[in-house]
Amino acid sequence: MEKTVNNKAWFLVLPVLVIVAFSAVIPLMTVVNYAFNDTFGNNQFFWAGFEWFEDTVTSSRMHDALGRQILFSGIILAIEVPLGIFIALNMPKKGFWASFCLVLMALPLLIPFNVVGTIWQIFGRVDIGLLGRTLASLGIDYNYTNDWLDAWITIVVMDVWHWTSLVALLAYAGLQSIPQAYYQAAKIDQASRWAIFRYIELPKMQGVLLIAVLLRFMDSFMIYTEPFVLTGGGPGNSTTFLSIDLVKMAVGQFDLGPAAAFSLMYFLVILLVSWVFYTVMTNMDRENMQ
Amino acid sequence: MKRYSSALVMAAYLIFLLVPIYWLLNMSLKTNAEITSTFSLWPQNFTLRNYEVILTDPSWYMGYVNSIIYVVLNTVISITVALPAAYAFSRYSFMGDKHLFFWLLTNRMAPPAVFALPFFQLYSSVGLFDTHIAVALAHCLFNVPLAVWILEGFMRGVPKEIDETAYIDGYSFPRFFIRIFMPLIASGIGVAAFFCFMFSWVELLLSRTLTAVDAKPIAAIMTRTVSASGMDWGVLAAAGVLTILPGALVIWFVRNYIAKGFALGRV
Repeated sequence: MEKTVNNKAWFLVLPVLVIVAFSAVIPLMTVVNYAFNDTFGNNQFFWAGFEWFEDTVTSSRMHDALGRQILFSGIILAIEVPLGIFIALNMPKKGFWASFCLVLMALPLLIPFNVVGTIWQIFGRVDIGLLGRTLASLGIDYNYTNDWLDAWITIVVMDVWHWTSLVALLAYAGLQSIPQAYYQAAKIDQASRWAIFRYIELPKMQGVLLIAVLLRFMDSFMIYTEPFVLTGGGPGNSTTFLSIDLVKMAVGQFDLGPAAAFSLMYFLVILLVSWVFYTVMTNMDRENMQ
Repeated sequence: MKRYSSALVMAAYLIFLLVPIYWLLNMSLKTNAEITSTFSLWPQNFTLRNYEVILTDPSWYMGYVNSIIYVVLNTVISITVALPAAYAFSRYSFMGDKHLFFWLLTNRMAPPAVFALPFFQLYSSVGLFDTHIAVALAHCLFNVPLAVWILEGFMRGVPKEIDETAYIDGYSFPRFFIRIFMPLIASGIGVAAFFCFMFSWVELLLSRTLTAVDAKPIAAIMTRTVSASGMDWGVLAAAGVLTILPGALVIWFVRNYIAKGFALGRV
């Protein structure tokens, strides 16, 4: 659509600007302030320059947390995206069963994050959980509070349980928008099921899948509550992801300087990746328009 | 043949989704003695005591009231400010519009953990700490950009000729917007409200940091119970089940719109 050039439109954006400035810019400036200063309490600050940033970049604690974070995001993307597409392909197309599946699949998305953690805690515990008890009776040595591998598997399965539906619903919406004529043409050409998927469905889902990957990357990169409730970052530090480490540092130990420097770099990483995705997305939009 | 395999896949997936929820429900209907002593797939001594504990103790059930108050406040604020902004983005090009749009989106991507501490200090210093409005405003951080994004998508689908015709007919901007334009994008407003409700309802980190007693959300009250006594599994499970209910109700009402909202790919 052709858009009219009108700088008065700024007035319509003003309320959003005010509210987001209040809830984003002012707090962010506080973080910047902490990141460059040192304090001994009483609101007295001393200029510290880039000291905190150097500390953070060289600290092995940050490296470990970042490594775990990247590994975690990688694993869940590798599982959830293909699984979500697969589920979407198998969903009923319309009628009662389609609504039925939609409602049940959206259910985990609306459970508060810490309740998700609680559900899996109750489900996985060796003494009272269905999963823990079943695995124990099968003779599998499973205990997510002691063994780091079990803790990781539990958290990954929990995340798959929680968020695969989002990918599936997005992919499903993408599939719904494909006109029937495409399938009829494929039938005339006697295209195989794989060819239909590869050359019709996948290209048509490209846009929503990109958004699904973006959302899952972002949200898994800032995951906090679910692993915090389930394992508290343990056993040891094996499931301490970036957000958990950050909150531990800022609120637990009150190390404002390093925490703020950490926050800023964390935010910059996310900003950079979002920018890449956003640019790709808008470019794709433009190509589709032409 | 193909239909059967599809049904099988869906059944397996839905069972995977529902079994942990069933287990929570199962736990909430058992006594604590039964939970720790025997292992059974359904309650042997069916009891509603756990729900009774929650629904008769104000320090428990006020948590639900608090959560609902700030979620509704947040949804109303987000939609109200997002509507004119989304209209501006969908209809006009103005100086810096693309940068502004991206900047808004980055707030959706900002990790709440980064903002937890500064929020705490900001709202304490302006005297809003432990109020519903503080949490509602804090959640605007990610809900306003989201609402703008979703609404902009819906508004782009409304032909511009409608605006022009209305102006020629002598409608003023506010009257046109409320009387003609908003009914046209009603389903979009519904979808945006649904997602605002959802993300505000499930968020814990900020709502926990910004509240102490008077506005403490149910999700935070649950955490406290887990860390303090840790062993009252029955009540914990009942509280969990009760937090799922509002979400389930909302989904049921908007089920026909969900697919449409997702179709825009703007969540």
